[in-house]
Amino acid sequence: MDSSTLFGVSTMAYIVAMIIYITYLAFGKSQIGITATTVTIIGFISQTFAIGMRWVEFKNVGQMGWLRAAPFTNLYESLIFFVWCLILGYLIIEFKYKNRSFGAFVTPIAGLALAFIDLTGMDKGIHPLVPALQSNWLLVHVVMSFIAYSTFALAFSTGLMYLIMKTEKRSEPSYIFWTVSTGIFLVVLLAMGLDYLSFKVMIKNPDVLIKSFLFRASLLSNSPLVSLLSWIAAVVFIFMLWRYGHLLKKVIGSFSLSADILDDITYKSIAIGFPVFTLGGLIFGAIWADQAWGVYWSWDPKETWSLISWFAYAFFLHARLLRGWRGKKAAVVAVVGFVLVIFTYLGVNLLLSGLHAYGS
Amino acid sequence: MEKEKDKNITDKIWDLFASVKLAVVIFALISATSVVGTLLEQQAEPEKNVKVLVKMFGFDHETAHRVLGVLDSMHFTNMYHSWWFVAILLLFAANLIICSIDRLPRIVKLVKEPLKPLSEDHFKGFGIKKEVVLKGNPDKTKGAVSDAASKALGFHLTEVKEAHGYQLYSQKGNYTRLGVYITHFSILVILAGAVIGIFFGFKGFLNLPEGRPYSVAFARGSHMTDSAESERILGVLDTSAGNLSYAAKQLGLDEGTLRSKMRTYGIQPLGFLIRCDEFNVDFYGGTDMPKAYKSWLTVIKDGKEVLKKVIEVNNPLTYEGITFYQSSYGLIPGAGGNAIFRFKVSSKDGRAEVLDLKFGNTFAIPGTNLTGKIEDFSPAIGFDERTGRAFTYAEQLTNPAVYMNFFEGGNRKFGGWILKRYPETWKIPDGTVLEFAGIWGMQHTGLQVRKDPGVWVVYLGCIAMAFGLFTAFFMSHRKIWIKLVEEKNVTRVVVGASANKNRHAFEKKIDRMVGLLSKDREGGR
Ligand code: HEM
Repeated sequence: MDSSTLFGVSTMAYIVAMIIYITYLAFGKSQIGITATTVTIIGFISQTFAIGMRWVEFKNVGQMGWLRAAPFTNLYESLIFFVWCLILGYLIIEFKYKNRSFGAFVTPIAGLALAFIDLTGMDKGIHPLVPALQSNWLLVHVVMSFIAYSTFALAFSTGLMYLIMKTEKRSEPSYIFWTVSTGIFLVVLLAMGLDYLSFKVMIKNPDVLIKSFLFRASLLSNSPLVSLLSWIAAVVFIFMLWRYGHLLKKVIGSFSLSADILDDITYKSIAIGFPVFTLGGLIFGAIWADQAWGVYWSWDPKETWSLISWFAYAFFLHARLLRGWRGKKAAVVAVVGFVLVIFTYLGVNLLLSGLHAYGS
Repeated sequence: MEKEKDKNITDKIWDLFASVKLAVVIFALISATSVVGTLLEQQAEPEKNVKVLVKMFGFDHETAHRVLGVLDSMHFTNMYHSWWFVAILLLFAANLIICSIDRLPRIVKLVKEPLKPLSEDHFKGFGIKKEVVLKGNPDKTKGAVSDAASKALGFHLTEVKEAHGYQLYSQKGNYTRLGVYITHFSILVILAGAVIGIFFGFKGFLNLPEGRPYSVAFARGSHMTDSAESERILGVLDTSAGNLSYAAKQLGLDEGTLRSKMRTYGIQPLGFLIRCDEFNVDFYGGTDMPKAYKSWLTVIKDGKEVLKKVIEVNNPLTYEGITFYQSSYGLIPGAGGNAIFRFKVSSKDGRAEVLDLKFGNTFAIPGTNLTGKIEDFSPAIGFDERTGRAFTYAEQLTNPAVYMNFFEGGNRKFGGWILKRYPETWKIPDGTVLEFAGIWGMQHTGLQVRKDPGVWVVYLGCIAMAFGLFTAFFMSHRKIWIKLVEEKNVTRVVVGASANKNRHAFEKKIDRMVGLLSKDREGGR
């Protein structure tokens, strides 16, 4: 057995867990909930082993010390690590707050992150480190960044749940916000899923990258008809979500989940994530760049977008402390913050290029 | 309301700069402009950005050019160095400074002020409130309460006598309230460090050929040799070993003129000589994946070698505040004829010898009557799979090889390619091993050269920020007041406490304290 088999097991486990958690939300039977937790834990354990094994494999390929061989060096590995942190964080919250309903909101993020790896045709191979990446600062930088990202992901899910629970009318801005943004999110994923399928069916040439194929199967199709239909379908989909979003609210509302706890978790996650991100993401990243290139800050797209996300969370904290922003407003900021993080992480790699774009 | 009216314009500006609203506007401004800055490639060839615009907005070529022209005139193609971006950063700094000055006195007062006992009414308003009744009058119970507080909370309570008993109170972590201000201050320190770097530092590069010392670096965007004059200046600098006043004399200029000429040509004096003794790339196993780029550097000051270091990516050399970073490498055009190939020859009888050879040299192989000759060279040799013919596949020393012929008494006996990275090609048919140990004088190492006296200030700011954030988020200001009220042979203990962060954890500790007291009560029964 090698690490990729175990990664496969964990991916399956998280996707199955996601389905069970959602079933649990709908029926509320505690056996279902226990099953969901068990499956998640199985996924987590196999993922932990998989990371350990990849570490060993990487050490052998790279001919270097243990510390250097930490498998957190490229887009694929860091996404895996992100999922691992996220699930760990979630399990801690589940045991601490004795409530499983977050599972239905966190496991989809994990499942989507893993699906994303395949959707974008990310390179999963183990390659020895190029000289620029041979730095201990890089290791702490990546590890801490991803710990922070997973706390932000938690804040995102509790923020979203809060919005679903607390919005009343369809005309309410925060209701429109959560339905439309969730809608766009799902549409993008669906479109990428279609890209993936059509890519697998049509493109046999291994030199063609799926990246250059993004949205070509639907929204940006060469055929105007397909493109038009896709846009209509997207708008209809978002509209339906807006029209029937309150059904979700009923489901969550049927749980003994207090909105205050959600608000509290949102704040606490960010209060932990912000300092970790500042230190690990910004400061250690700057030290690494300084050691490698002699510039601690070069305003490259990745750095700039990190700074923008950082501002968003600084804004969250100041608004809360000084203006008493709680509840819906704070939840909106938490959701927007994480969207910025996703863009920093994936958008910059996929759409913009830069110094750090190690995914290519 | 009346107060508002009385305010003059200075007060209003002050209030604006002390407000978080302005901070939000600034955050938004920096973010929004930076987004444009990440879409357009900075300091790039215009064509590149035209392509970006065409791709992103579907403009035709002409429109894209015009749009780029507009963006360019607004400095968006080099926005992080534009006056308006710097102005926004200055506003940001002003906002932070004034906001802090505005609030700091109050906070300092709060931090320094000793805690005071509270009146009965105040006890009702606490977030953390507990009550317990103990046996015995307050004179007897107050010792137990103090002990419990010190055991469970680590607090040493101050005690005052009151009408019906005592009040005990204490606080901890009052200084943690300053963490926020340390964080804000650290941002200013980092900005200051960046400014120092801009004014007193330089960024440049140096393509340093193996063996030839340089006393200067070159500004980005300049070429190493620009014109006849810059070349002349460089030549003189070379012979004067970096001594500017000597060089000025040689050129018939005064030193100030020389310096300003150097500035126009983007030539930055180092104040010492730097030499690359060797540059080498290590590869992973039998692949062409680079594992490490290494330059053996020597610093020469006043004719003496003062520092030697092997630098790699992530491991630079610093001397007199100037740092050299490994950044690229390349072949020196036309250097093949002067390059030296080093071979370690081990003959069959076990004797070893080192030979430094040049292209075309004929040499005797020790211990035999063979002579060898280097006939051909390839920086990156590959062999065609079908025909076996040799070809060169790269313009770098990726897989260097020499073709040697061997002669005995003037007749060619055998010959073949000897590859530096493949020891199996080192053995020649008569049993002698010619270890291809190195090539010298053919490459330059590409160095980034930086002087930045502000970088330590930036690092200090970073340390302060880490410290400030830790204090702001993970430590809290906790206060506790305990009232002991005498009631017919018992003491009613009323606890009121607060914490500005993580109240839950503090409450748990207080519960433990109350638990200790309750045990005390049972024991005393
Ligand atoms: C991006 C830069 C900034 C960072 C990283 C930062 C960081 C912080 C942090 C960590 C806190 C504590 C928040 C909490 O406890 O939840 C805070 C509080 C505060 N910040 Fe900032 N800040 C920044 C910019 C600003 C600016 C520009 C202003 C000026 C208006 C400002 C005004 C304040 C004020 C007034 C407080 C509350 C202080 C108190 O409780 O006494 N901050 N800041």
